[in-house]
Amino acid sequence: MKKIVVALAGNPNSGKSSIFNMLTGAHQHVGNYPGVTVEKKEGLCRHGDYEITFVDLPGTYSLSAYSTEELVARNFIIDQRPDVVVDIIDSSNIERNLYLATQLIELNVPLVLAFNMSDIAEQRGLSFDIEQLSKLLQAPIVHTIGNKAKGKTELLEAIRRIVEQRRQRHPHIVHYGEEIEEEIERIEPLIAEHEPELAEKYGTRWLALKMIEQDSDVVEKVHSRDVRHAAEVSAEHLKKIFGDEPEIVIADRRYGFISGACQETIKSTVESRHSASDMIDAIVTNRILGLPIFLLLMYIVFFLTFRIGKYPMGWLETLFGWAGATITGFWPAGSESAIKSLLVDGVIGGVGGVIVFLPNILLLFAAIALLEDSGYMARAAFIMDRIMHKIGLHGKSFIPMLIGFGCSVPAIMATRILENRRSRFTTIMVIPLFSCGARLTIYMLIIPAFFADNVLLRAGIFTIRTQALMLWLIYLIGIVLAVVCAKVLRLTLFRGETTPFVMELPPYRMPTGKSICIHMWQRGWMYLRKAGTIILGISLILWLAMSFPKPPAESLRDLDAGQSRQAALKYSVVGRVGSAMEPAIKPLGFDWKIGTALLGAMAAKEVFVSQLGIVYAVEDMEKGSHSLRRQLQADYSALQGFCIMLFCLISAPCVATIAMTRQETNSWPWAIFQFVALTALAYVITLAVFQIGTAIIA
Amino acid sequence: MVGAGETVRLVKVNAGRGLNSRLAAMGLVADTKLTVVSNSHPGPFIVTVKDSKVMLGRGMAHKIMVR
Repeated sequence: MKKIVVALAGNPNSGKSSIFNMLTGAHQHVGNYPGVTVEKKEGLCRHGDYEITFVDLPGTYSLSAYSTEELVARNFIIDQRPDVVVDIIDSSNIERNLYLATQLIELNVPLVLAFNMSDIAEQRGLSFDIEQLSKLLQAPIVHTIGNKAKGKTELLEAIRRIVEQRRQRHPHIVHYGEEIEEEIERIEPLIAEHEPELAEKYGTRWLALKMIEQDSDVVEKVHSRDVRHAAEVSAEHLKKIFGDEPEIVIADRRYGFISGACQETIKSTVESRHSASDMIDAIVTNRILGLPIFLLLMYIVFFLTFRIGKYPMGWLETLFGWAGATITGFWPAGSESAIKSLLVDGVIGGVGGVIVFLPNILLLFAAIALLEDSGYMARAAFIMDRIMHKIGLHGKSFIPMLIGFGCSVPAIMATRILENRRSRFTTIMVIPLFSCGARLTIYMLIIPAFFADNVLLRAGIFTIRTQALMLWLIYLIGIVLAVVCAKVLRLTLFRGETTPFVMELPPYRMPTGKSICIHMWQRGWMYLRKAGTIILGISLILWLAMSFPKPPAESLRDLDAGQSRQAALKYSVVGRVGSAMEPAIKPLGFDWKIGTALLGAMAAKEVFVSQLGIVYAVEDMEKGSHSLRRQLQADYSALQGFCIMLFCLISAPCVATIAMTRQETNSWPWAIFQFVALTALAYVITLAVFQIGTAIIA
Repeated sequence: MVGAGETVRLVKVNAGRGLNSRLAAMGLVADTKLTVVSNSHPGPFIVTVKDSKVMLGRGMAHKIMVR
């Protein structure tokens, strides 16, 4: 068995992932390229006596040094030297797609061109003289239809032939015109003389061309002053002649070559194009209809993720409840064993806490895959861009933020739809400020406890009630803070111009079930493997801190179940830390009970309620929320109640969120930054509200 | 200003270097035919370039000179 590596390159929307799925099926592995947050997909395929590792490079239009994706793709090809590069080309948009191909040819890599979606090209009345085109481009061409799994064997055969031939080609197929060619010829010998190592690796012609383009990455690699100087002179000289940047002139010439090659080899018989797509676009990007349609679709995404997701979540909770009860059954009733507690509360509780998010994540990514594969996602960005641009974010940021109202964990994962790192990180940082479903349980405990449900205003059928107003206020505070924080982050830590808004609107396509399934599976597995293990780890540590050390048995003798749980919590690490931090949280209007409950809420926000129940020694939480509310009323004022909600809204994202931020930013420092910054923000704001509020009331 | 339905030829793009190059890679090079699909003020422009539909922010569109 011979092992080879094949890289898949191609434009965005060229159907690259459908080819990748066709070749590798479910044998895929998703990771990151080292040092960057660009996703790296790898998959295995057997063909004859070859074991082929396919690497799906990021979709790019070019191989310049202007975007991380392009640089990642280029560096992979140059540094890893894959045995073959397959360039996936959308046959119905051939000229634009061949631009990347010319650059790959210039890099002198063993190349196969896959003319994908050839069925659509045929419908449009395009016919290709493949033999001639293949000769002009010096690379074999294979027809494929990725989403119908056609052309697989032909493509694999072409790859095998290339590997076995190892023929030499001439990488300068594009003639850049006398002026530029002269400069290339002037710089080439200098590179060969002063930078022999680079010349060996990249080829002198390619380096000379990139130096004339003043490609930042290549310029950085070239240390020789003579070469640098010569290139600068050449670039200036060409700029004077053409009145434009050399790289633009070079791009122009590449397109000239492509256009010439296509004129000779491609015949078009039908004139009308895009008609169906144009018609859909006229409706969904319409000035008046666009936004309502978008909001309706977003409602469906939200509904699908959280309302439908509720059912499998319920089943999973039942399953874990049953597993816990079964294991408890192994011990005699009433016995307190540390092993039992570890298994039931620690392990089953922890694993359950991880799995419970899975239905949401799977459903959300099914919805996202539908939006992306159908081509609607680009239109959604288009519709929301004007609004989101004002806070320095991309139109697509709206989707993860909306999901944040359900749960921060899938929301942070959903930021993968954002290509720009700055937009993506900013969105991740502010997502916890959108009140998630778990925090709603806290508000539902606190609001009825402190605010009578009076009618504040009645106007026709509309009535505004105090409790609804409070809830609305809390959500609104979160949104306002998120907007302010996003703006501040974009002006400080993630400064830089917003990506100028240029985006391709791919033609609408019917998504395939296979692609959606693969997408869901990948996201779900990634969540379990990466975030899941971290969530489990931190949950276990928190469980240990809440259960140990155990109070001496004799001190619990005369207490009922509620009281002994209270005593045990107070005696544990969490209880002690909660008490110890009382002086620090006193200015916020909190005491040790709130402090202990807040520590517990780090495991998951809704734990705040059950922790408070334990602290107040409430016997049965199911029936106990009334008695808990009465005790809260006795201990705290309405202002303190409001401060509790405010602090829970802003502070310390739960462990699952921290784990997710760690996974998606690929860095602990950013996860810790988010945790610390949000907690500090919560502290400052709650402090101000409580102190000013107290002053006003007094 | 070019209205919807009109076809023009690109003369030059006057954005920053990176953006110029990005647009060139997407097919917006000198002498290319651009057809304006939608120009709904104040929303972005949608144009077709070499068989693909591209959306340009309004600020962006102002930097593209056509004839």
